[in-house]
Amino acid sequence: MRPYQYYRPRNLKEAIDIVSSEESARFIAGGTNLVDLMKRGIAIPEKLVDINHLPLKKIEQKAGILRIGALALNSEVAENKIVKAKYPLLVQALNAGASGQIRNMATVGGNLLQRTRCTYFYDTAFACNKRKNDTGCSALGGINNMHAIFGLNEKQNEDSCIAVNPSDLNVALAALDAVILVMGMKGERRIAFKDFHRLPGERPDLDTNLERGELILGVELSMENLSKHSHYLKVRDRAAYAFAIVSAAVALDIDQGTIKAARLALGGVAHKPWRLYEGEKMLVGQPVSDSVFKQVAEISMLDARSFEHNAFKMKLVPNVIVEALKIAAGRP
Amino acid sequence: MTDKSQSTNPEPDLSFDRVDGHVKVTGAATYSAEYPFDHLAHAVLITSTIAKGKITSIETKLAGQAPGVLAVVSHLNNPGIPGYGIAKQPAERAPMGTAFRIFYDGLIYFDGQPVAMVVAETFEQAVHAASLVHIDYEVEVHQTNFEANLPKATIAPSVQKNKNSPFQDYDRGNAEAMTNADVKINATYIIPTQHHQPLEPHAIIAVWEADDRLTVYDKNQGVKSAQGNLAQIFKLPRENVKVISKFIGGAFGSGIRVWPHTIATVLAAKIVKRPVKLVLGRELMFTSVGYRPYTVQKIEIGATKEGKLSAITHEGTGQTSAYEEHLERTILATRAMYACPNVSTRYRLLNLDVNTPTWMRGPGDATGMFALESALDEVAFALQLDPLELRLRNHADSDPERNLQWSAKSLKECYEMGAQKFGWKNRSLQPRSMKLGGMLVGYGMASSLYGFHRHPSKAKAIILANGSVVVQSATMDIGPGTGTAMTRIAAKILGVQAKKIRFDLGDSSLPDAPGQNGSSTIPSVGSAVHVACESLKNKIIALAASMPDGDFSKPDPSEISIKNGVLYASSNAEKGLSYVDILKFHNLPQLEVTEESKSGPERDQFSMYSFGCHFVEVHVSPVTSEVRVKRVVTCADVGKIINYKTARSQSIGGIVGGIGMALMEASVMDHRRGRYLTRDFASYHIPVHADIPQIDVLYIDKPDVHVNPIGSKGLGEIAIVGVAAAVANAVFHATGKRVRELPITVSKLTDDEI
Repeated sequence: MRPYQYYRPRNLKEAIDIVSSEESARFIAGGTNLVDLMKRGIAIPEKLVDINHLPLKKIEQKAGILRIGALALNSEVAENKIVKAKYPLLVQALNAGASGQIRNMATVGGNLLQRTRCTYFYDTAFACNKRKNDTGCSALGGINNMHAIFGLNEKQNEDSCIAVNPSDLNVALAALDAVILVMGMKGERRIAFKDFHRLPGERPDLDTNLERGELILGVELSMENLSKHSHYLKVRDRAAYAFAIVSAAVALDIDQGTIKAARLALGGVAHKPWRLYEGEKMLVGQPVSDSVFKQVAEISMLDARSFEHNAFKMKLVPNVIVEALKIAAGRP
Repeated sequence: MTDKSQSTNPEPDLSFDRVDGHVKVTGAATYSAEYPFDHLAHAVLITSTIAKGKITSIETKLAGQAPGVLAVVSHLNNPGIPGYGIAKQPAERAPMGTAFRIFYDGLIYFDGQPVAMVVAETFEQAVHAASLVHIDYEVEVHQTNFEANLPKATIAPSVQKNKNSPFQDYDRGNAEAMTNADVKINATYIIPTQHHQPLEPHAIIAVWEADDRLTVYDKNQGVKSAQGNLAQIFKLPRENVKVISKFIGGAFGSGIRVWPHTIATVLAAKIVKRPVKLVLGRELMFTSVGYRPYTVQKIEIGATKEGKLSAITHEGTGQTSAYEEHLERTILATRAMYACPNVSTRYRLLNLDVNTPTWMRGPGDATGMFALESALDEVAFALQLDPLELRLRNHADSDPERNLQWSAKSLKECYEMGAQKFGWKNRSLQPRSMKLGGMLVGYGMASSLYGFHRHPSKAKAIILANGSVVVQSATMDIGPGTGTAMTRIAAKILGVQAKKIRFDLGDSSLPDAPGQNGSSTIPSVGSAVHVACESLKNKIIALAASMPDGDFSKPDPSEISIKNGVLYASSNAEKGLSYVDILKFHNLPQLEVTEESKSGPERDQFSMYSFGCHFVEVHVSPVTSEVRVKRVVTCADVGKIINYKTARSQSIGGIVGGIGMALMEASVMDHRRGRYLTRDFASYHIPVHADIPQIDVLYIDKPDVHVNPIGSKGLGEIAIVGVAAAVANAVFHATGKRVRELPITVSKLTDDEI
């Protein structure tokens, strides 16, 4: 770890000013990921701007919109009464992630910015386009059992990145069509969740579309009728404290056996939380039935591709889609 | 976890709580890294990022100028380690135990090899300076891929030279028997490299008290052997070296040797003329302290249709480094476990450009019994016979390898007790035939065994003037509760309450004792403590006899009882004579004895093993292929149980380790670089609480009168031996899929339709 300067800004504006203008300044909140990255020499900030005391902790409901402050702790959100009542999917996803100790430190904003757990990203002895663009992707010809099957670059070559986004919360937020509120030098803006994270493209080093110095203020969720039939299914070799091999977040609006609306997102399969839009469309207007769910799984897999060690995901993912749909619909 | 577990305990009131439990949970226990020193300097290791080649340059200018830096030590400025002499780095495949020479000649033998050490005023300064050191290498082609290099495996050179080595090719009976068998199975089993990963990482503080006097606070499993080793390497009189290791946060075998980084820390302390501390980061724990070696085993078993084993062949090949052998018992259990007349074993070693493995809990046997007990399950399935019944039909009533009587064996009782507690009779014969709540249910079992190890040990027992007792031995506690068990032994003999007994260990200046390994502590040190306390009791009774009070004038220990440090003669239960009064009368500040205890001719008269078995229930999701262990019953015959509470914890620990071995532990290497990818707990999985179900621990608890004065055989290793097979067999029963390469992960079970 390199020596760095610690700074406690007076307010939001000062925090944003500093990180916008100083290239090696970084915000720090829970630090559950950033500190690891600093220890490994992957993040080398010269200045840490501590935002923990800034007023971004509130979880409040206004006009049918639930706003979760960026600094709300993962454990606080999972215990919040409104969240529990309206967004059980979020609670499930949060509690499926990390450990109790980490959830007590990790913030919602930080969770959105969690970096991949690709082992090559974490080891500076290996080339990694995500760590430093245009150096090559070691996972491509390496051990890639935990890697992506969706959202891959057209051509897989040394310029690619096949890492996955590791967050559980992100998968649920993707399914819930969350909106991310951010503030930068140019003021506030709202980013639809699907536009927040990026596919690798030519800049695998960038995980999100945030601009330099932009700070996440919070996450907004609208009150849709998707709480009754939802489920977060996470597959992992270890029963707790393990990143998802594959996960699925499902929320359904079911009226008298017919699906009125559907949201379907996967984790552990792509560079960003992976929405299954085609599958969602297919579900609308259909009865709750295993054969429909199987068709959804089938079409969802059409654009999937696997590598040397993650071919098992091609079999596992459709199973997970069907199972999550069945559980969400209440017919396991 | 504890709440869910139970054990049968015939003497619950006599089960001691851990004597050091309070200091451990309150943080008062001092571990190796925690000894305070003025002017303590902090060291950080820099390790190689190539697997083979040599260092062409080390750029230390920036690091040297960084704040707080005291030294950057490498082969370029190593003033010399006297014990290394002028000889070259150990020749290829040096015998096991040959020290790897750190900072010696710039040659690289494995990725992660320590190549330099930065010493600074603070840990943070050392870390920072280390990041400024730039090293260039000349890279050579390395070989780390076990499968690709398997044909190069050979009989180890040391075995070739030693006709009496147990690792020589072994054949008993008639090889033809295999051909004539009614049923045959032939399978290959693989265990990947697994790392110990105790909670406490390895840590050293090296202090030169004078130019020729060294004290080392080191996390290790044997202060006496470490003392000898350090004395040899630094050419010091043995008595000038002191090694302290009083509290250890787990080790599992990783602390049996003095590792090169310990030598480096001692060297650095000499150079900077200050105490130096090194704590290995979790990442370095994957390349610095050994591991359970990647091992491939081929087993062929022939059986009669009546379920009698007619022939077994077992070939094991393990990996080691390019510079040193590492032999373990992999194939040895197969010779003794079952009554099979025709058995052949082969043991081969494959040298790769990796660091040397070391013992890891149940070394060799945990590996070998995974293969043998999985293979037995395959035979049972081929015969359509209950797996437990197959084992009963092939029970070895005497040692078939040595043609000797067992010193004691209650394996049949273990099977019976375990099966009953588990409800084994409810198991259906066919795989994939038991289901519960949408899950596939599997019952699996396996036998376990572990050889008996007893080494010469000394103990000193002292009664102080205030009537309290001190017992001392240079033994260790890596977690099982050594002090608690020894206190229990002393308390029983000397009739003193536990709180009035202090047991000292983990200090090389104490009476000789072996390191803590091979489940040998209770059998060896326990015997020494027993003998010393008996001797001390006789001595104080003799002193009592010489006192004017007539009750004790004829010293016959069997006629005398002791309660709370007071002697009572059977002739007069009313009037006692206390230790305090006896010492006072004789004007003695204390009364002490030192005794040694060791094996005798019984070693050649009996075959000595511990035996046991494990029963496991798993649930496997037919949708996600996730495996969860739901229940474990274990039963062990390890002779007399000294202290139930700590014994039970030790068994639970072994089961947890076995579950990890079966379902998640694997150190994955990228062979393009010969470098481990899984170097943290996010990628190297060990079980967490949520993975561990109810564990029922049962013991036969009958003394083995032939092994030692306390009739107890040690428990550490047998607790894990066989567990992985029991889990794998349960997964087969649940799914019908036999996974022969550990760990049994979602990816492996999803590979095929299940």
